[in-house]
Amino acid sequence: MIEVENLTKYYGNLAAIKDISFTVQEGEILGFLGPNAAGKTTTMRILTGFMPPSSGTARVAGFDVFEDSLEVRRRIGYMPETVPLYPEMTVSSYLNFVTRIRNVENRKEQIEDVMDTCDISHYADTLIGRLSKGYRQRVGLAQALVHDPQVLVLDEPTIGLDPKQIIEVRELVKSLGGDHTIILSTHILPEASQVCERLVIIDEGEVVAEGTPEMLTSRLQQTQRIFLQVQEAAPDVTTQLSRLEGVADVEEQGEGKYEIACALGTDRRAEISSLVVTRGWGLLELRPVGMSLEEIFLQLTAVEEEEQYEEEG
Amino acid sequence: MKNMIIIAQKELRAYFASSMAYVVIAAFLAITGFFFWLIVSLSREASLRGVFANMAITLLFVSPALTMRLLAEEQRSGTIELLLTLPVRDWQVVLGKFLASLAVFAVMLALTLYYPLVLLWLGNPDPGPIISGYIGLLLLGGAFLSVGLFTSSLSRNQVVGAVLGFGAMLILWLVDIAGRLLGPPVSDIVTYMSMSQHYFDFVRGIIDTKDVIFYLSVMAAFLLLSVQMLQLRRWR
Repeated sequence: MIEVENLTKYYGNLAAIKDISFTVQEGEILGFLGPNAAGKTTTMRILTGFMPPSSGTARVAGFDVFEDSLEVRRRIGYMPETVPLYPEMTVSSYLNFVTRIRNVENRKEQIEDVMDTCDISHYADTLIGRLSKGYRQRVGLAQALVHDPQVLVLDEPTIGLDPKQIIEVRELVKSLGGDHTIILSTHILPEASQVCERLVIIDEGEVVAEGTPEMLTSRLQQTQRIFLQVQEAAPDVTTQLSRLEGVADVEEQGEGKYEIACALGTDRRAEISSLVVTRGWGLLELRPVGMSLEEIFLQLTAVEEEEQYEEEG
Repeated sequence: MKNMIIIAQKELRAYFASSMAYVVIAAFLAITGFFFWLIVSLSREASLRGVFANMAITLLFVSPALTMRLLAEEQRSGTIELLLTLPVRDWQVVLGKFLASLAVFAVMLALTLYYPLVLLWLGNPDPGPIISGYIGLLLLGGAFLSVGLFTSSLSRNQVVGAVLGFGAMLILWLVDIAGRLLGPPVSDIVTYMSMSQHYFDFVRGIIDTKDVIFYLSVMAAFLLLSVQMLQLRRWR
């Protein structure tokens, strides 16, 4: 349903995203996960036709986002971060405006339905400017849903909501999967793993990992990988390394190269190097593998804890 | 076409919801009404010549107030992101907004139609220059509003948009004075570009297609520039 190929966007000389590629299947909920300023919003703005990419292509339902922008925009419901809305309009007049531009049939029914889904019916005649943050967020979701789009693009849909509202929005998004193809961006890992079927993790404008939440979390939570190369590949290197405390797994790659998995948060490089030196295997190289991904992971989980703490306090 | 009208309706609602339209219309009517009374009672002439000149100057101040919000506010509040990801073309957005400002302006002009009625009651005015004067005013207003819409696209700040708009309109209004200093052939070109020169033909009772085409071209040029500006903002 969504195909992104080598997407790159420069703001002046600064690359906001570099060579991003991923696909989303029909009916899938994809989590777009990354720390702040990783390039999530830029990617979504390109997908929704707000801005063109510097290079690369993106297709939604077979239409190029740049060449057939209007066709793409007809099929997408978009909820931008911070949900900018017209404060001088009432909820129903705003939804009326959106459905008229989008040429929705049975406008009245659709609007009533979507207000029901988003639980804003009792605010139909309230000015948007008077609504609380949480309700404005729901109006934002309502305008993205009101034309029953094939694709939903939600940029940080739970940001700034209270815990109860966060759970409600997550449930709502989950229930929309299947009928709709959804891309949801978030900087909170547990949220992504709760709601999404598949995750794309991006950092500093690049895709650093991709997979199901289970795959990614288990890979990330348990291990920290270290690359080792020795001059003399003695037959007992693997067994000796495995005996070290905190080493979970050793993978032999040939030519004296090994990849060692340790428990996350423990750095065994000192022990490994002293073992290699005392055995006289000849240490050529010792470095952490994919550290950045672990760092991102730690950052993402740390944010959730921090925010939970704020919410509780 | 349909999208353009939907956007125009939304803008019209915003004009009246924010009470901007009421304030601007009231100010315009108060100022021009005062000059109407002053000029007619001093000259004792059943004509709107002087009043038309005054209305044009008042328009210089009033038009930026009508247009300053149109594109600047969408950019400041971020609503432009949702507007431009709806299935509408950029020119439909620009034209819709322009039509809304033109509609408010037309209402404003319609409310001054009691001036000629008063003249008709007091004396025996020549209807020709009054009709052509109103046509000229409508065209001049349209040109001013297109300039203001364009300057509103330049900044997120409404006030910046308004000041730039006022400056641009004033220069376009007075540019023929500079022409006089420069001498031909530059003066011919500069005089042709002046908004005031074309306007006073209408006030004198002349409807010249050249003047009509001039104002329509000004509108087309600034509306096109606004669309370009909107597209440029996407590229950044």
